[in-house]
Amino acid sequence: MLSSKEQLLARLKELQIDFSQYDHPVVLTVEAQAKYVGHLKGALSKNLFLKDKKHRYYIVSALSDTKVDLKVLSQRLGLGKGGLRMAPEEALGEILKVPVGCVTPFAVVHESARCVSLLLDQRLKSQECCFFHPLSNDMSISLNVSGLDKFLESIGRDPAYVDLEANPPVGKDQPPDLAALVPSDALLQDFEAKVVADKSDVAVNNKPTVVTEAAKPVKPSKLSVKEKPVNAVNFLSFADPEKFVNEILEKASALIISETKDEKIKQHGEQIGTVVSNSMKHHLRLELQSLATTFKNSAYTDGFVAGKNYQPKRL
Amino acid sequence: MAATVKEGDNTEAEQIVNPWEVASSRGKIDYDKLIDKFGCQRLDKSLIDRVERLTGRPPHVFLRRSVFFAHRDLNDILDAYEKGDKFYLYTGRGPSSEALHLGHLIPFMFTKYLQDAFKVPLVIQLTDDEKCMWKNLTVEESQRLARENAKDIIACGFDISKTFIFSDFDYVGGAFYKNMVKVSKCVTYNKVVGIFGFTGEDHIGKISFPPVQAVPSFPSSFPHLFPGKDSLRCLIPCAIDQDPYFRMTRDVAPRLGYQKPALIESTFFPALQGETGKMSASDPNSAIYVTDSGKDIKNKINKYAFSGGQDSIENHRKYGANLEVDIPVKYLGFFLDDDAELEHIRTEYGAGRMLTGEVKKRLTEVLTDIVERHRRARAAVTDEMVDAFMAVRPLPNMFS
Repeated sequence: MLSSKEQLLARLKELQIDFSQYDHPVVLTVEAQAKYVGHLKGALSKNLFLKDKKHRYYIVSALSDTKVDLKVLSQRLGLGKGGLRMAPEEALGEILKVPVGCVTPFAVVHESARCVSLLLDQRLKSQECCFFHPLSNDMSISLNVSGLDKFLESIGRDPAYVDLEANPPVGKDQPPDLAALVPSDALLQDFEAKVVADKSDVAVNNKPTVVTEAAKPVKPSKLSVKEKPVNAVNFLSFADPEKFVNEILEKASALIISETKDEKIKQHGEQIGTVVSNSMKHHLRLELQSLATTFKNSAYTDGFVAGKNYQPKRL
Repeated sequence: MAATVKEGDNTEAEQIVNPWEVASSRGKIDYDKLIDKFGCQRLDKSLIDRVERLTGRPPHVFLRRSVFFAHRDLNDILDAYEKGDKFYLYTGRGPSSEALHLGHLIPFMFTKYLQDAFKVPLVIQLTDDEKCMWKNLTVEESQRLARENAKDIIACGFDISKTFIFSDFDYVGGAFYKNMVKVSKCVTYNKVVGIFGFTGEDHIGKISFPPVQAVPSFPSSFPHLFPGKDSLRCLIPCAIDQDPYFRMTRDVAPRLGYQKPALIESTFFPALQGETGKMSASDPNSAIYVTDSGKDIKNKINKYAFSGGQDSIENHRKYGANLEVDIPVKYLGFFLDDDAELEHIRTEYGAGRMLTGEVKKRLTEVLTDIVERHRRARAAVTDEMVDAFMAVRPLPNMFS
């Protein structure tokens, strides 16, 4: 898995993509970058990392002088007016794995950026070569966008070029023209809730490590009392009996522990057993039913997939 | 909405309720008038008690709070059920947008309860063709939205061994289409214009669409599910604006030798800004979406939920809150399961002893819980699972 500048450059060479590289001190803005490479052959790019209200992310990579109107873009994507804003800084690190000032189309190589939509400025095509950061802002590489396309295709991405300065009307009878570029499997990266929904991409083995801590007893998280840290679970484990049972036991234990505090024991005395038992049934019923339904549906689906691919006995 | 809706069946200009438009000159919908006009029945307490007896479990919160408030022939379904004659459920969604809000989930939450309580199978129709026509989406986009919506629907907790989800673009054909033609032959152009308010400017796709939504009511449309069970009855949980489709279906059914489908109908879910506000996909603050974080929910309720409280604390303590227009209390009516707690809140808030902030806080808790649970379930829904739900396959244990 490509994660660093060196690995990226090595990969570009492997794919026989022509590019030139220039080292320079760390730059955080296009203006600063221009100081070092502005005189060289190649057009500067500006790269925006955006987020919509449903926690979906977008990279917009454009020529530095292309006018990008976020309000127009938001409407063209079908997000309504004002549906797009700059993504928070933490997202840069978490999703794109790049530092501030280093947004680049190459960042989609990361597993964590799987669901980030990449919008490329049509005007990039008219340039002989364009400058981008190769996952680090102490270097700029210049290449023709056909090279960028080749790279994107090699990681299974379809390059999407858009006339960013266009402003087509969007209304009842004119659907948003860029709606197809909105990420469909919402990678729900919400930093407060920390819920991660994995896609069912079985082929990808280098997923983020499967962390199956069973649900912890309710503790106020640092950011908000309502949100509890939730497991990042690989979809396969939804039909795993061991994990299923563990989760049930964890939830039940947590409830029992919280219901058998000193005051409660004093309050209910001998009845504490009945009280806790009723409380458990009342509070856990819906959640456990949901868990069980997920288990059943996942197991059935596994069977269905197996059935689809089964090879009949040779006679 | 591309269809220019004329008065059609709704001769009084005061209220317009049909599958593509819901509006009232008085702002609020008068449900009593609607029941009269449509000719369906009120769902009264005796029916709810009967459901409780037959299913051996407490009735769903939507029944207790009259969210599902009207029906057609529910008694007949229950009579048959008591004798051991089962039925199947049919509901659907028009996949016009990717973002689902809580209002969209209501029919599905209720249908899941019906499936669990009565132990019966369910077919779910995704009318991607309808949205392609009415919302002018491309075929591919409407199919994509159908699959995306299917994931949220599955996350409501339907049992895969008893549920068949299908999209019109995928499934129309064969026995289904044969029934569509049979239904079409029984409905004149004038009749369909009268029911749905089509005009000469509407394209022929729209005018010939209604049979597509009608025929899932007939078991012979699903030969892989109900072979030989032509007299199996169907119960349709839906919002009351869908009634015209099924009035037409019930009218046609006897002529085809089929059972009339029964219906159980719900009121509309109010927008955050109030009954007169419109919930719209382009205004994210008009509703709580299933992708909203706890923070978003808290924010939306605090900022946008229309309050029936008075403008100052003194006035509030004096006059109490106007429960008729207060959105947080209405939303709690939908989603707070505990009848006693809801009563307490209504009493205290109505008398001015409880403040809006407290009500909003409780609502935030309740909704966050629901949305979080939905999100966790949604995270487990894979593309393979959608394929499995949508596969044309037999459901051998559908009545157990």
